[in-house]
Order: sequence, then structure tokens, then C-alpha cells
Amino acid sequence: MPIHEKSLIRKEDLVTHERLTLEGVDVSGDWSTFIQPRVLTNYNERMEQEIAALPGGEGIHRCWQCGSCTNSCTVNAINPDFNPRYWIYLIRLGMESELLRDKDIVWQCVSCNKCTYACPRDVNPEGVMKATAHWLELKGYTKPSPAAEFDAEFSEQVFATGRIEEGRVLRNFFTRTGQKLNQPWLVALVQGLVRRLPLGYLLRLGQAAVLRPRARRWSGARAGIEEYVRERRAADRRALALAPEETEP
Amino acid sequence: MTESYRRVAYYPGCALEGTGHAYDRSTRAVGKALGLELVELDNWNCCGAMEVKNVDPKLQTYLSARNLAIAEKMGFSTVMAPCNGCYHNLKKAEYDLANDPGSTAVNERLSAKAGHAAYRSGKVATIHALDWIKQTIGEEGLKVRVKNSLAGLRIANYYGCMYTRPRHIFPEKDKGTGSESTAKPHFMDDLLAAAGAECVEYPLKTACCGGAHTLSDSDTSTKLVLNLLTTAEACGAEVIATECPTCHTGLEMHQVRAEKVLGKKTSVKILYFTQLLGMALGLSRRRVGVQENLSDASALLTARRLG
Repeated sequence: MPIHEKSLIRKEDLVTHERLTLEGVDVSGDWSTFIQPRVLTNYNERMEQEIAALPGGEGIHRCWQCGSCTNSCTVNAINPDFNPRYWIYLIRLGMESELLRDKDIVWQCVSCNKCTYACPRDVNPEGVMKATAHWLELKGYTKPSPAAEFDAEFSEQVFATGRIEEGRVLRNFFTRTGQKLNQPWLVALVQGLVRRLPLGYLLRLGQAAVLRPRARRWSGARAGIEEYVRERRAADRRALALAPEETEP
Repeated sequence: MTESYRRVAYYPGCALEGTGHAYDRSTRAVGKALGLELVELDNWNCCGAMEVKNVDPKLQTYLSARNLAIAEKMGFSTVMAPCNGCYHNLKKAEYDLANDPGSTAVNERLSAKAGHAAYRSGKVATIHALDWIKQTIGEEGLKVRVKNSLAGLRIANYYGCMYTRPRHIFPEKDKGTGSESTAKPHFMDDLLAAAGAECVEYPLKTACCGGAHTLSDSDTSTKLVLNLLTTAEACGAEVIATECPTCHTGLEMHQVRAEKVLGKKTSVKILYFTQLLGMALGLSRRRVGVQENLSDASALLTARRLG
């Protein structure tokens, strides 16, 4: 039987004796490999409660560690360190320092919902991943990830106008994350489009970029949503015992 | 045949006005060719796609509920969304409003602020473009209308994530014969097979293309898409049929990116299922917007005398 989640066994925790005889049995080399015992004391007892308070994290307490999420995970298949089951385990035990070893990849969840489909306990692991990435950011352990920047750009446009314009999302996202627009693959894409597209369609795209599409009679919705978002952000900070955000001038 | 789907409210969504314009164009053209009527939702808003839920899922519920309220006000009991993201979010809102009092409270509060009646669950049914054609015209209806058979065209049908997951927001699926399967969806296979195509066995039909992070984590998306493309080719497909603008654009973009960045070239073409159906119904390539695709299928279509 293969060792499941072998990626969790860290090289530095393994001990192997080149020459060792135990009770008359030669266990030299690989036969004597074992994982060093360790003692953990620095638990963060509030971690599960804090992540459960953020949007998406509500179901974390229901997890019974079956591993269906990791087993079905799209990202785990290309990076074994991306391990939702293990992270839920760490969060529920309060093993913060262990979780922080993986802090820079949690945001990479692609929201394919395979985990949520497979989960027998309605944990909504996809939401838990988002809540965990959010928690890491709010606590200052990570900078806003590229995905968080994209979400922010996209959501700001929706909240302001009720609609998005894809070109604007792309341009502003690249500006926010300090990326150049003239990347070879993007240039190749645009060249391919321009070569084949009829002029009328190109004009229509240009028009959409100038005259931003927007929903009519949106101001009430906008005010309501922005007020709700402010309340939500304040509640998130309270749940994590963080000082209230400075209000922008 | 479901008569009530013959005239439905139409929610195109933002992508179908931008990168997915060919999907909008071909959906409308196919509807017209089949005698089905679409009435666009008046003053619709963005569904929040995959992004707004990360601020708060309840905001996404409101955004979709506003669109459902518009459909109800226009007198419709069914709204059709061809985009998987829009379709998924409308379904999710319907589920949350029926089951989560917290979501209902936020919807009522924001609807009041916005100055419209709050949508209540159960008033408007959401369907996908696949349901729309499958339930009104069906395979038998398509067979008699095909003018230009897709015979000999080997297609891998790709459904992506949002059409089937998570299962609980699609109560009408997994109900046995005639219903859609969430583990192994087949509506697109059924329709394209009826139009003459040879649908290959494609094990990745509900795998993920990384669409949510197509720009923010391009390397992951390129890996996922390259896997979809090479597997389709290994299964013998010449074309990947899509039913979601995010998947479609992701496949096209990362096919180019895989070639430019990883040096991995694939030649399988990517077409919306509505483009393929439209050409089978005798519509021209231009009419179904093939020229708007990044994936240039013209040589293949000419060789097969399609469109």
C-alpha cells in the first residue's frame, strides 16, 4: 500500500542509522528509519474559532478528517503540499506554526468545488481555504495574494457599477500587481485576435473600454453593498481581535 | 418536450458581452434557427463570478437575486444562462435563499436599499443553455433539423466545474434516466451526437481549467489546461466543445501560453457547443462567430465542409 500524503513526512524529521542492531536483528540503513518524536507547546487556541468567523469558514468544526477533500483536490494533484485535510487538522488543533509553513500557497485554491462535492460532512472546504487565506492576510502573515488583488479589483467594479468590463479588470489587475502587459503570450493572443477579427467587433470592444458598461438605477444597490462591506470588514477584524481599520479620508 | 422553455428570460452576463461574445452570438443564432425565443433580462447586473463570493458569499447571493427579481418582474418563470458562472451563481442564490436565513436577511436588506422587491426562492427556475435545447428540441428534434451533419468530427465534451458542482445546488440533476448527471454529465454529448458528431470518451469532462486564477496564478492554469488539451488529443479528439465562456477563453489563452512559455504545442481546436450545433443546423461560420475565437478552427472546418 502506498504511503498516503507522503509529502507530510519531512526529511529533517527522519532519522536513519547506517549501522544498527536491535535485539540481535540487523536494522541497518532504511530498516531503521523512523520519525523523530517532537513536543509542541505553542498552540493558538483561538485559530479555529477565528477562521470559522470569516466568510466560508463556518463549517470547519464538522470535519472528521476523512481526506476526501485532499483526495479530490485539483491543486493537490500538481502540488502535494497543497493539502486541505491537513490544514483543517492543524487549524482545529491550533498548530499555527505548522500552518505557517504553507502560508504562501493556501490562496492557490482554484474553487473547482471538487472538495465540497466530495465532503460527507458539509464542511465546505473550498470556503475554508478562502477563509484561511483571508485569515493569513488579516493577521499580517502574508501580503495580499495576486488572487486577492484580482478579487478586489473585480468586486470594486461590480459594487460601483453593477457590471464589469473585462479589459479594465485585466489592465487594472496588471497595474495592481506590477506586471507588464507586453508579456509574449499576451502579445501573441492580441495579434491573433486582431488578424482575424472584423473591424466592427474591434470597434465594439474599444467602445466598451471607453463607455464602461453599467447597470442603470444602481446607486441604491451600490450604497447598500458598500455599507454592508464596511460592516463585514469591521466584524472580521473584531473576530480576530484586531484594531479597527483606519477610515480612509 | 418542455413547452415552457420555448420562451425564456435570457441572462447573457458580462463575459458574453466581452471575451465570450461568440457564445452569445451563437446561442442567439441557434435559438432563432430552432424557433426558440430569448428575451434578455432588462438592466441585469454582474453575478459576481468567482470573485465577489470571496468578499462575502451573501453579496453574491444578492447580486443573483436581483437578476432573478428582474426575471420575475418581467413575467418569466424561467431564466436561461449559457455561462457556467452565471448559471451556478443563480442556482446557488436559489439554494441559499431557500435554506439559509442569513442570506435571505442580507438579500431583503440590500433589495430594500436598492429600491426593488426582494426575490423569494421558488419563483424563477434557472436553466443552462444545454437544458434549454435538450428539453425543448431534444435529440430527435435535432436529428430532423440537421442540414450539415457533424459526421466524422471527433469531439471531446468539456463541462468544467460550475455546471455540476457542488451537487446540492442542482436538485434536478442525478434523478436517473433523462436527467443530467453531476459525476458524468452528458447533455452536450447527447446534443452533439444527435448532430452527427463522434463524441470521444473524455475522462476530464468535469476537471478544472483553473479559470478562477487564470490571470492571478497563470502557471497553475497553464498546467491544468495543458493536461485537458493533451488528454483530449490522446482520446482522439480534434475539437473540444465548451459550454462556458471562462473555460473556453481559459483553454484558448493557455493553449497559446503553453506553447509560448512551456514550449508545448497542441493542435486540438476549441469551439462552443452552440457554434457546432449552429453549423450543423446550416448556419454560416460567421453567423456563429467562429472568427471571434482565438482558437483558429477554419482549416479544420473547411476540410469538413462545415459552416
